[in-house]
Amino acid sequence: MIDLSLLTDGGVGWLDASGPASHLVLSTRIRLARNLADHVFLTRNSEPDREEILSLVHRAAQDTVLLRRAVTFRLDSLERTERQLLHERHLVSKELAGLDSDGKVRAGASVLVQDRLGVMLNEEDHLRLQGLHSGLALEQAYSEVDRLDAELGQRLPFAFHPEFGYLTSCPTNVGTGLRASVLIHLPGLVLTKEMSKVLQGLAQVGLTFRGLYGEGSEFVGNFFQLSNQTTLGKSETELLDHLGKMVRQVIDYEEQARQVLLRDAPTIIEDKVWRAFGLLRYARSLSFDEAINLFSGVRLGVGIGLISGVGMYTLNKLLVYTQPAHLAVAHGLGIADPELSVRRAQYVRRVLEEEVGRRA
Amino acid sequence: MSCDQCHEREAVIHLTQIVNEQATTIHLCERCAAEKGVESTASVEQNPFAKLVAASMGKASPDLTLVGAGTRGACPRCGATLQDFRESGRLGCADCWRAFEAPLRDLLRRLHGSTVHMGERYAERDGAVRANGDSAPRQADLREQLRLAIETENFELAAELRDRLRVLE
Repeated sequence: MIDLSLLTDGGVGWLDASGPASHLVLSTRIRLARNLADHVFLTRNSEPDREEILSLVHRAAQDTVLLRRAVTFRLDSLERTERQLLHERHLVSKELAGLDSDGKVRAGASVLVQDRLGVMLNEEDHLRLQGLHSGLALEQAYSEVDRLDAELGQRLPFAFHPEFGYLTSCPTNVGTGLRASVLIHLPGLVLTKEMSKVLQGLAQVGLTFRGLYGEGSEFVGNFFQLSNQTTLGKSETELLDHLGKMVRQVIDYEEQARQVLLRDAPTIIEDKVWRAFGLLRYARSLSFDEAINLFSGVRLGVGIGLISGVGMYTLNKLLVYTQPAHLAVAHGLGIADPELSVRRAQYVRRVLEEEVGRRA
Repeated sequence: MSCDQCHEREAVIHLTQIVNEQATTIHLCERCAAEKGVESTASVEQNPFAKLVAASMGKASPDLTLVGAGTRGACPRCGATLQDFRESGRLGCADCWRAFEAPLRDLLRRLHGSTVHMGERYAERDGAVRANGDSAPRQADLREQLRLAIETENFELAAELRDRLRVLE
């Protein structure tokens, strides 16, 4: 059984809405892809190879400051629902958690987690170093992951090429191996139908976008992950600066879109926000898809000052703990059990009641 | 100057590649270059990745004499071929990057608009693992650890590191 209490902040410290621009930006994630020079890559390695990689990285991690107290989750020994829970917490990718259609977990698939830092092992690359921060915090998140990279790089021989940089299994990640992603809530742009224009613009300036759960995931609840497309030919700082600049511009567009909505369609917006709030406060059964769309409405309401009794931290918490695997593990139910929708509605009512009562 | 490959036509493409940190320049005529999947103009298109791989690798002949050490296009270390890469989109090992350097360089140009890493360099990092492990970076390494330990308020570890440093000094 998975024991998340081993993680100091339950692995969700990034939720606390303490970071810059956290009314719109939930989290900033930095990932660095690294491979061991003397081991073949994943597509051609064997189970014993992957075990060896695990033990090498473990030993190195124990000798570091930033990962010496890390908790290890071996995904290949966890149930599917538990693996999904780690994925819902953004601690592991869908691929590593074996949640793709074939539902198989690779032998040796693991993750080390300590505070805001982690390393996925035996993912597409041998190591995927990652850091998660609250709000828009590209520099802070990178500097932590960079220090971890330095610590591990002193102990492990990373594959590096004088011209191409850090070598990766897939050429889309080579060079810096850096992928920075900003998880942002953009209901104003979606409601004013400006979103597709913005996304097209981002693609033109070398950025890419994904849904809430990363690669291949759907766009739900008006959440978008914006990240750099290229990893080669620019320094880490340049890549981060560029992404940061573009995200700040998107934030400006979103704020403008919200002003337009309030000016041109105040009744429609107010009705949308309060309906969402009403449903969340009184519904007796909520699917996750319905809940996340209603959270989006309430989040917008809080952002534009219509709802004053609910904090962003509470909304972030709701977003995480109402996810299917979270509820299933908490209540000992199956992931497809229809009872989950009832438990979800119960949980949401209780949290909102406490929050509104506390603030009133 | 005649083409290094056919020794008949005029060389119009001059390709510099770095193999084992040594730069070599190969001169090719347009036709030989095309056969090897090297294009004279570097187009930076934003196509989906799969298409890019197919477009840039599809033309490469199976006999890649341009590649580093391997024979008939197989990576000398892991045995992966360009065909394997074309199918999976993934390389087999670090040496594949050398074995398929020329076609990869072309692919990188299309994917990233560049082939040259401008970020942090592994070997230049303090105390990065090198073949000959000397002891000099060890102290710097410990001092850095100590700094980190204090910064992250891991005082127990900091005391231990301080003691280890004292012994070394």
